[in-house]
Amino acid sequence: MNLLTAVLFLPLAGFLIALLIPRSAAQASRVWALAVSLVTFVASLGLLAYFNRSLAGPQFTVDIPWIPTPDIHFHIAADGVSLWLALLSTFLTPICALISWRAVQKSVKEFYAFLLLLEFGLIGVFLAQDLFLFYVFWEVSLVPMYFLIGIWGHERRIYAAVKFFLFTMAGSVLMLAAIIFLYTRAGTFSYPELIDMLASGRLTFAPGEQMLLFLAFFVAFAIKVPLFPVHTWLPDAHVEAPTAGSIMLASVMLKMGTFGILHYCVPLFPAAARACAPWIATLAIVGIVYGALVALVQPNMKKLVAYSSVSHLGFVVLGIFSFTQFGMDGAVYQMLNHGISTGALFAIVGLLYERRHSLEIKDYGGVATVAPWLSIAFLITTLASIGLPMLNNFVGEFLVLQGAAIANFSWAIWAALGVIFSACYMLWLYQRVFYGEAGQEVRAHIPDLNFREWAAIIPLLAMMVWMGVYSQSFLPPVGKTTARVLEQSQVNVPYQVRNAPAHRASPGALTARLAGPLPLASATGTTEVARAR
Amino acid sequence: MQLWLIPILPLAGFLINGIFGRRFSKGMVNAIAIGSVVFSFAWVLKTLLALDLGHTYTERYFTWIQSGALQINAEFAVDRLTAIMLLVVTGVGSLIHIYSIGYMAHEGGYYRFFAYLNLFMFFMLTLVLAANYLVLFVGWEGVGLCSYLLIGFYFDKKFATDAGNKAFIVNRIGDFGFSLAVFLIVRNFGTLDFHGVFAQASGASEATLTTIGLLLMVGACGKSAQIPLYVWLPDAMAGPTPVSALIHAATMVTAGVYMTSRSWPILTHAPAAMETIAVIGVATAFFAATIGLAQNDIKKVFAYSTVSQLGYMFLGVGCGAFSAGIYHLMTHAFFKALLFLGSGSVIHALSGEQDLRHMGGLRKKTPWTFATMMCAAVAIAGVPPFAGFFSKDAILIAAYAHAPWMYWLGTLTAGMTAFYVFRAMFLAFFGEYRGHEHPHESPPVMLIPLAILALLSLAGGFLFRVPAFLSSFFPAQEVPENPALMGVSIFAGLFGIFLAWVMYVAKPGMADSFADSVKGLYTLVYNKYFVDEIYGAAVVTPVVEGSRAALWKGVDVAIIDGAANGIGSTASGVGGVLRLLQSGSIRSYATWVLLGSVVVILGIEFAGGVR
Repeated sequence: MNLLTAVLFLPLAGFLIALLIPRSAAQASRVWALAVSLVTFVASLGLLAYFNRSLAGPQFTVDIPWIPTPDIHFHIAADGVSLWLALLSTFLTPICALISWRAVQKSVKEFYAFLLLLEFGLIGVFLAQDLFLFYVFWEVSLVPMYFLIGIWGHERRIYAAVKFFLFTMAGSVLMLAAIIFLYTRAGTFSYPELIDMLASGRLTFAPGEQMLLFLAFFVAFAIKVPLFPVHTWLPDAHVEAPTAGSIMLASVMLKMGTFGILHYCVPLFPAAARACAPWIATLAIVGIVYGALVALVQPNMKKLVAYSSVSHLGFVVLGIFSFTQFGMDGAVYQMLNHGISTGALFAIVGLLYERRHSLEIKDYGGVATVAPWLSIAFLITTLASIGLPMLNNFVGEFLVLQGAAIANFSWAIWAALGVIFSACYMLWLYQRVFYGEAGQEVRAHIPDLNFREWAAIIPLLAMMVWMGVYSQSFLPPVGKTTARVLEQSQVNVPYQVRNAPAHRASPGALTARLAGPLPLASATGTTEVARAR
Repeated sequence: MQLWLIPILPLAGFLINGIFGRRFSKGMVNAIAIGSVVFSFAWVLKTLLALDLGHTYTERYFTWIQSGALQINAEFAVDRLTAIMLLVVTGVGSLIHIYSIGYMAHEGGYYRFFAYLNLFMFFMLTLVLAANYLVLFVGWEGVGLCSYLLIGFYFDKKFATDAGNKAFIVNRIGDFGFSLAVFLIVRNFGTLDFHGVFAQASGASEATLTTIGLLLMVGACGKSAQIPLYVWLPDAMAGPTPVSALIHAATMVTAGVYMTSRSWPILTHAPAAMETIAVIGVATAFFAATIGLAQNDIKKVFAYSTVSQLGYMFLGVGCGAFSAGIYHLMTHAFFKALLFLGSGSVIHALSGEQDLRHMGGLRKKTPWTFATMMCAAVAIAGVPPFAGFFSKDAILIAAYAHAPWMYWLGTLTAGMTAFYVFRAMFLAFFGEYRGHEHPHESPPVMLIPLAILALLSLAGGFLFRVPAFLSSFFPAQEVPENPALMGVSIFAGLFGIFLAWVMYVAKPGMADSFADSVKGLYTLVYNKYFVDEIYGAAVVTPVVEGSRAALWKGVDVAIIDGAANGIGSTASGVGGVLRLLQSGSIRSYATWVLLGSVVVILGIEFAGGVR
């Protein structure tokens, strides 16, 4: 029992107690959920305080045998990436509780209970060090989200919830099979042990075997990210979800996918990951440009933000598969940035919906006249989202694109197009909703932010500025962990980089130094994977 | 030296006015906004007097981004080039802030205007103080944001917010090039610090440097409104006139010239990039001047004039005459800010009228505005010994040494410049008044900045000898004295003035009959060569409609969702997996999990991995 365990189980305890609150005491449910999530957040700040930033590996490890056969452990720990993602969850849950205060009037008790259960599942996914435990949390987080969409969503909520569930499950099944197969091969579910075995050569995969395992994990994660072309569940889920569901879904749940890729796919199956890198990077770039273009023409605000997520998450995947220090650092930073800025976008869109009861852009216009502070909050969020320097997304996008430019310059060219389009769709949205003359309905129904809403929005805005201006508060632990992932992605690589011809546009040693601990795997080199054995 | 105080003061002004300005009196808003900029100017003076400008003075504050071997610091530096930019930005900026007190007195959103203006000063000063490309990019994007906010200042007007969006997005296209240049610089030099990059530049291959140079040029074309990205600047006139003067004439739009000049160690090793910059510059100068000949909106005339003058600066940079480009940047800041502020005074006098056809005879009603604008007009026309003469002449002579045809085209443009500026002056101030307002002279708070700028327009050229000041900063360039060339360009300017006088004062009907006689050409020029329409039809509409029809309705809805739904319904027969799952049955879920696992395990075994 340590602080990490406390952070993980506080929301679960909160959930169980929330079930005991009588249904009639709706306000008590709200207050309880807010209190529990705040306490959890404070506890997670304690983690941050005690986290040793000079170490790369997992910290706060708790390893307790859980099920004897098969050998499953309750094994959790936090490294420089999962720590931040857990913190992102604990940071956003109280904000969701606040944002839903008035918006949710139906089955209030269950809503807040599910919110806490969701927090438990999400934190668990990031902390689990046992593959089976990871899978359990993965599924645990799925259930409350399914109900949040299915019960508190809008008109087509059932369709959206089922679509969300089916898409995710299709991937989960593959992943479970791969986990079980890994167990039969390695005799353990323990992630650190698997890494050790791979590093020492006690565990090796045949190329075809490795590729299939990689793909089984990757498809599960890619659907969650979501990567083009398996992204179509996301717009539906977002449009139908209640505000808090959208925030948790976009800000944290999608990161389960990118975290999984970084934490499992790359270190466990490095050769396959590197072999697939050109293909996956291409899909990521298609997603960046495609998501932005489709966002451009959406008539519905939530759908627009949902497609913008497809575009932003493309940057994360591109960064990881650039296999450079910059790209991976940027990818992780971008996960956090997207969590903050898209969370804020959904929060404010939710506030607009609460007032005007419409998500259609055409029902708005002139909001800046009647609700200037709300408009400014949305403007800052918009600017963060389109990557204005001194706000958070810029740092992440810069690093991702820099990594891509070093891996393959044409990737950077194509991906940077997404930066142009992001300005197009967000500014056009802003113009149509906030500028222009305020109509009758807008004047009558849209008051400015109240104190509770400020309390939810201000922390998000503050984080955008902090993360944009002083990234040193956040990046160093990330860099330690990604450097380790890069190192791990060199083991068990059957092909030899030194034999591969130099990359076409590579300027030589400098690129290699910038790319990470070992020379860059180029597209030309990876084709030899299949032949190596 | 606390360089950070220079930008931080306006930032503080922005924050105070932005957050509390709604409750402040106008006097309080003025005190904060103008005080912060004037103090910033004073701090610039103090700093420059105390520093030895022979070498670069750098201050490092904190590490902004660190990843792997790359470290990017929040870092400011001052050298001779920065010194000129600081003085222009804070000096002209202070004057325009003061002028705005009078101009904006009757406008709504008073505090908001000054807050944005202060924010602009912060970003512009960050841009010129930056000691590396990424901090420069902070200012670069930041001034673009302020430009967007101020163009769309009257945000209930659709044309204003459209123009704001256009400015931001066209600039983003330029920034696309800039950011790719940044990535290439890191890829090749491993740093973004100016001194680190420039120290290594001579060792890099010419192909690399040319690519970087061209990409930087793309960025500069966006910010400094060069072909083909100039289209946002004329529309940007939708903002209040002081904004046009400060951002869209004197300071922000010159950032591209500043940035390319700053990058001279890269460009001088990339002759192809230099040549491209020169060609784009001279082409833009000529092209925009032709459009300026036929515009009837007084601000549009000066907007195209700005595009054209920026073309001269590009020409200077492209010919290797960096100091001449910066010289023209400075003198242009004086006389173009004055032309805009003067036309603002005219517009103010006419209660918002901007059409030259509804002006006329104003020299008697607004004598101070007329006198000061006349100073700017002779300066831009290149009449010696006023400011524009020196700087334009320096560029043209360098252009002649580089390629004579550029000189001749530039000189022809100089003639056209004199013509369209004096055309506007004659239409506005001479003849009989053709409108229905009651023109009145502007208050002293507007006229005093005009007077100071008038003095600078007249005397700035020989008072501030920029090329001599920068001679140790830029690589030396041998340009022979050539009195004959100087004579030709002076003649071109005077002839342009004379022609305008004949057509608009001596024989007022002549202009219309001339326009009628070349109707096709006139229509083409009057409609700005239909470039906006071509861009709309060739780029904007295909992207929007293609995204809607092909990508969203096509790929997303029809293909991907169609396939997913198809798989779903095929697999489930009549009732469907959907309904089974919807029933919430845990058993069916478990069955699927088990079935899938078996299939995958079999697949993996089959693939031959098992031993």
